[in-house]
Amino acid sequence: MSKRRSDWAQRPQARFLRWMREGYGALDDEIISAVAQPAAQRPDAEALEEHDRLIGTHRHEREMALDRLANYDLQRWANTRGRKALTRLYVLLALLLGASLIYFLLDTVAYMPRFGQVAVPTNNEVIARYIEKGLEETGAINIVAGMILDYRAFDTLGESTVLFVAACAVLILLRIDLDDQGQPMQQLIAEGSDDRHYEPKNDRILQGSAMVLTPIILLFGIYVLFNGHLGPGGGFSGGAILSSGLILYLNAFGFQKAGRFFTYKIFMWVSFFSLGFYGVAKAYSFYMGANGLNSGIPLGTPGAILSSGLIMPLNIAVGLVVACTMYIFYALFRKGGL
Amino acid sequence: MWQALYENLEQTVAAILFGIGFTILLLQRNMIRKIIGLNIMSTATYLFLASMGFIEGRKAPIVMDGVTDAAAYINPIPAGLVLTGIVVSVSFTGIMLALTVRLYRRYRTLDIDQIALLAKGEDLP
Amino acid sequence: MSFVKIALLGMLIVCALGVSLTRNLLTSLIIYMAYSLIMAVIWMLLESPDLAITEAAVGAGITSVLFFVTLKKIHAIKGDRDHEQAQK
Repeated sequence: MSKRRSDWAQRPQARFLRWMREGYGALDDEIISAVAQPAAQRPDAEALEEHDRLIGTHRHEREMALDRLANYDLQRWANTRGRKALTRLYVLLALLLGASLIYFLLDTVAYMPRFGQVAVPTNNEVIARYIEKGLEETGAINIVAGMILDYRAFDTLGESTVLFVAACAVLILLRIDLDDQGQPMQQLIAEGSDDRHYEPKNDRILQGSAMVLTPIILLFGIYVLFNGHLGPGGGFSGGAILSSGLILYLNAFGFQKAGRFFTYKIFMWVSFFSLGFYGVAKAYSFYMGANGLNSGIPLGTPGAILSSGLIMPLNIAVGLVVACTMYIFYALFRKGGL
Repeated sequence: MWQALYENLEQTVAAILFGIGFTILLLQRNMIRKIIGLNIMSTATYLFLASMGFIEGRKAPIVMDGVTDAAAYINPIPAGLVLTGIVVSVSFTGIMLALTVRLYRRYRTLDIDQIALLAKGEDLP
Repeated sequence: MSFVKIALLGMLIVCALGVSLTRNLLTSLIIYMAYSLIMAVIWMLLESPDLAITEAAVGAGITSVLFFVTLKKIHAIKGDRDHEQAQK
């Protein structure tokens, strides 16, 4: 920026503007005479240097002022009509970019293999292996569950860890901070309790329906969680349903009652034990050779609830992590704590 | 080209949704709308992935009646990948919403341009 | 190609555009919720029940709840105070 400004000052246009506005030479002479007067009798090197410096700074300031004057019109344009024009240009360019992105993607899609055909490259021997040996090796009827919790279990461990880390990050961002005395900050507390003020307290309809619905939702969540290897569902959806039941309870009865069974300590211990159990179980499984070879865990009859080895406990571990994480997300957003 | 696009309708819609999400991300100045745009983009990606695994006339990969023939079920791998993706997208949505709440607490606005100006210590135009 | 599938995919695009074009934040959030539910149905049509149940529980349920509670926090829901300020 400054470089461009100094360039501008050297340009013929700038010099012409300066000449037009007059005063450059006159004021400079004044400055020179004012500074040079006392030193005129006995010129010495230091004083001369001082002159040069002073003259230099004055000239610089003047140039800056003149420069600002010359740029004034441009700046005013930029703040009013120019801003509007630039915004319009930006919108136009963004729409153009979006449209061209869609065009290129569609062009690619036109060359993709046809939808629903058997002969697509993704349908290769890996899938055949998963489907043909999946039931035999993992004991899970739901091949997707057998895949994500047995063949690709480390993937799922990383995913649960991502969730846990996200919960910790939200905890750091939204928790009500303590001040120097260890007390919660008053301003944030007021903001948090303000929230409740705008809602009807002890709403009979909400509480009545929550009384009926919460057990059913929790039961359904547990059903989905425990049947992950037998049908659609599993850890993630079951955990989300469980947490939605808990959130309904929290909304109906408030933080005081919910805090009796769910605290930071419980969140930490449940997450720790679930992730730890997951890691230990999969480490054991991989140590024994993976693929269910001689792991000492019976696979059971396919279709029974207690079958498919480690998949059900792992589903439960993942579900607990998900449920705790989602619940704590909600509690932190709502109040900044539990 | 139009015939091919019609035959791959899921993937076509996924491409259009991706473009719409990207444009929302560029054009909207409201943080919440930007986050929704990002979610739309990720959902479009999942739709594309899941449509790659579908095979006409086959069933969902849940073993029925002991049939373990590879020709009876669709591709289970995209389903597993997308399952991972959905949960990760929820966690990033949570973190971004938390950041939005913090920004609102500090600057009392959701407009990203105003926040950028206020963060630099300049006045609003 | 069944009519239902085309209609659902069309609704998906309409919802995605509607998120961007509505003025009220709450409206666009509800449209996004509808988008997630339509997505769950489409996954059922694509023979992926695992994805459908997860999307219905996580995408339409938990994500929307998080968005709503954020709106509540920033006072953007109507009837709340400084509603106009948050609308900017």
